[in-house]
Amino acid sequence: MANHKLVALRTIWIKEITRFMRIWVQTLVPPAITMTLYFVIFGSLIGNRIGQMGGFSYMEFIVPGLIMMSVITNAYSNVSSSFFSAKFQNNIEEMLVAPVPTWVIIGGFVGGGVARALLIGIIVTCVSLLFVDLQIHHFAAIVITLILTATLFAAAGLVNAVFAKTFDDISMVPTFVLTPLTYLGGVFYSLSLLPDFWQVVSKANPIVYMVNGFRYGFLGVSDVSFSTSIGVLIAFNVILFAIAYRLLDKGVGIRH
Amino acid sequence: MYALEIDGLKKTYKSGVQALKGINLTVEQGDFFALLGPNGAGKSTTIGVISSLVNKSEGKVLVSGHSIDDDLIAAKSCIGLVPQEFNFNQFETLQQIVVNQAGYYGVPRHIAKERAEKYLKQLELWDKRNSPARSLSGGMKRRLMIARALMHEPKILILDEPTAGVDIEIRRSMWTFLKKINEQGITIILTTHYLEEAEMLCRNIAIIDKGTIVENTSMKALLSKLNMETFVLDLDVSNGRTARLEGFEHRLLDNHTLEVDVAKEAGLNPVFNQLTEQGIQVLSMRNKTNRLEELFVRLLESGRDGGNANG
Repeated sequence: MANHKLVALRTIWIKEITRFMRIWVQTLVPPAITMTLYFVIFGSLIGNRIGQMGGFSYMEFIVPGLIMMSVITNAYSNVSSSFFSAKFQNNIEEMLVAPVPTWVIIGGFVGGGVARALLIGIIVTCVSLLFVDLQIHHFAAIVITLILTATLFAAAGLVNAVFAKTFDDISMVPTFVLTPLTYLGGVFYSLSLLPDFWQVVSKANPIVYMVNGFRYGFLGVSDVSFSTSIGVLIAFNVILFAIAYRLLDKGVGIRH
Repeated sequence: MYALEIDGLKKTYKSGVQALKGINLTVEQGDFFALLGPNGAGKSTTIGVISSLVNKSEGKVLVSGHSIDDDLIAAKSCIGLVPQEFNFNQFETLQQIVVNQAGYYGVPRHIAKERAEKYLKQLELWDKRNSPARSLSGGMKRRLMIARALMHEPKILILDEPTAGVDIEIRRSMWTFLKKINEQGITIILTTHYLEEAEMLCRNIAIIDKGTIVENTSMKALLSKLNMETFVLDLDVSNGRTARLEGFEHRLLDNHTLEVDVAKEAGLNPVFNQLTEQGIQVLSMRNKTNRLEELFVRLLESGRDGGNANG
């Protein structure tokens, strides 16, 4: 039976990866174009006038944050749109009538979101190499932060899709929550530039820990300690996976 | 052991609608079983509970002896579901849809691909295997859902109005296919609005109305309750005579068409004999209404009047 569950998990992964690869013009190309514009405008044009930040050129400083921004957005939107579409078209029933345990459904959708986020991370990193010579301070830190962030936002996308009743509901969170938190999460600046009060407020933003953990992996500098970043990431992952499990197990939004 | 046992099943939706009011039902293994009822009677809710798409409020459901409360994984593995609405991803190809469905049941991919070929060929969809599902006609989509439901080779196939909106030719080919897989040992539970379909295919039948089973018996026993049938006869009246029948209620619809009510115990021979004596030949004959349809309407009416459901 354990093997049956692994077959089911692999099937959902294949289905999810096939889905975002089939619509690659919508899923893979836009982040590459958007990030190229960020690199050109903020990195090259404006960045040259800003000078150094945290001991690095502005371009070097923002690259990890921009990669992380793409990872967050794509992990989230892949799962929220895929799960909501499956719910909307009722093809989630294909899984619900089958002996697929709840953790396999979550693992399958989250795995699909992580796969897209990692692929986008690689594409954006490749684009950034056209503008800057990336250094790697701690490879394992990069990988761990990347995967934990991708799983966290994939799970968040799933929770959003469970509650969503219309397509508007799955675009509200990215627009009104994710984008502001990402922009205020230290992608474009070091927290040390902020007044003390806003530094404290910023530390309530979970994305600060992801961006800084990732930046630490590349540059070896961070506004918060790496262990704190990983601790926050693990805690949020546990909370979101527990919520997602409870919702799906009870059949919220998918069973009558 | 029954293929399906339902005991005291109740379902009340959050809106307060009580869709099932404590139904009891058993389906023998290998049976071809019809679940009939008007719209909103509770057929789809019953199927939803059996296939775990709907959470029940009360009662027990055993699928091939496995309780959906205690042994849901085993119960689910026994069922193949063909729902009423198209619920596959319209952008996926037929092969992706059926192979993925097998995967959800733990069927390894190489076996799933072999089965996809087998069932898509049997349902005459193999040529379309690489087309997206949205490009299929309505009849093809219905057949795709049957192929998908068979991919894990279930013991029980549940079909919720499988031939709705399908033309007569495809409907008949689907009937032939369903009869064939039933002969191979698969229990089939069918809901349908086409009573002719139920009469032609099913050995046993349950009629549900307003969340209650009003009749549960064999098709033969049910039809035997009908003691009066109306036949329409097409006549050859080239001798110019007008048909007349003694001892039978009859109506001449036009010079060539006679409608006659025949009690079961009387039989049709006296009718033919009288017409032959008048030099009138019967060219063809048919039931005025579908026999099951007549019973169905009577049962529902008597159930709603609180009267005897035996018609």
